[in-house]
Amino acid sequence: MTSEAKKDAPLGRVIVITSGKGGVGKTTSSAAISAGLAKQGFKTVVIDFDVGLRNLDMIMGCERRVVFDFINVIQGDAKLKQALIKDKRLETLFILPTSQTRDKDALTKEGVEQILNELKAEFDYIVCDSPAGIERGAQMAMYYADEAVVVTNPEVSSVRDSDRVLGLLSSQTKRAETDGAEPIKAQVLLTRYDQARVDSGEMMTVEDVLEILAVPLLGVIPESKAILKASNVGTPVVLDEPSAASRAYEDAISRLTGTQVEMRIQGERRPGLFQRLFGRAT
Amino acid sequence: MNLFSFVRKPRPTQSAQTAKDRLQILLAHERSSGTAEADYLPMLQRDIIAAIRKHVPIIGDKDVDVRMERGDQMSSLEINIELPAGLSTKKG
Repeated sequence: MTSEAKKDAPLGRVIVITSGKGGVGKTTSSAAISAGLAKQGFKTVVIDFDVGLRNLDMIMGCERRVVFDFINVIQGDAKLKQALIKDKRLETLFILPTSQTRDKDALTKEGVEQILNELKAEFDYIVCDSPAGIERGAQMAMYYADEAVVVTNPEVSSVRDSDRVLGLLSSQTKRAETDGAEPIKAQVLLTRYDQARVDSGEMMTVEDVLEILAVPLLGVIPESKAILKASNVGTPVVLDEPSAASRAYEDAISRLTGTQVEMRIQGERRPGLFQRLFGRAT
Repeated sequence: MNLFSFVRKPRPTQSAQTAKDRLQILLAHERSSGTAEADYLPMLQRDIIAAIRKHVPIIGDKDVDVRMERGDQMSSLEINIELPAGLSTKKG
């Protein structure tokens, strides 16, 4: 699997993980997706675009190894190689942390483009972890993207913001502005999905959300205790012990790389839910 | 399966359907007119006042009320013009 996936020339695909709304799981998903891609043998780098509110480093468990950051590189204070942190678990995984102190104006279009071009020459996947909102950091994270993963919760404000972000992806990006360029391939990643609540009519279904947003589905990540546990210890959820969430991420990541994987929605294996499902099936 | 019959009891809340309906109405609107939607109402109101003033010189800014009602299938624009009492019988 590892050697099979790796090709001679790097793929150089830029994927933005975005959502509009905060707290829906962008950073968790960025960490899981980048780690999952690296696990499949793709040379992957994950970049934190949330200038001033750095958090990807904690979710990836490398917060004590940050010396130089993204902004240092843009401003010419450090070389890209100095700022890239090599993951200790996967040798194909790198993290580019952001600055904790400077303001968002430090991100310039030219600076971001130059760094992305440098990374494209070396990496298969460049995962951009967008900040919440639709201001500079978010705009810069999506501007040069080839693909977008729009992280959405089955909840009204998140779906509305995702719709807004999908609009921006199709109008305020390099691909949108370039004549003849293929548009950004945008897919929805539905997170914090609770099958039991969907069954009782309290939560919108996958179909409801897709019908509203009208973009393809990348995956459905069930609400899971494994997510908090993994973030507590600074391990991307796909590198932690198997859970419903990690399996769902693995499936989504395989789809991202072009593998057909059947959509399955698993709950956490709590006895209560399991019994309910069993009860329904019979 | 009496043991599990509790899961098949009538569903008390169907709020998800409400969420979906609200989103569909709202987004249909936001997509068609973008965020500029709210901006044109004040301008429309100014233009209407100006048009009426051509014929009815003493109409004030507050005599024209423009409202937008958003519906599922259609939206309506409601314009209320209050004419001063002395002019109500005069033909235009």
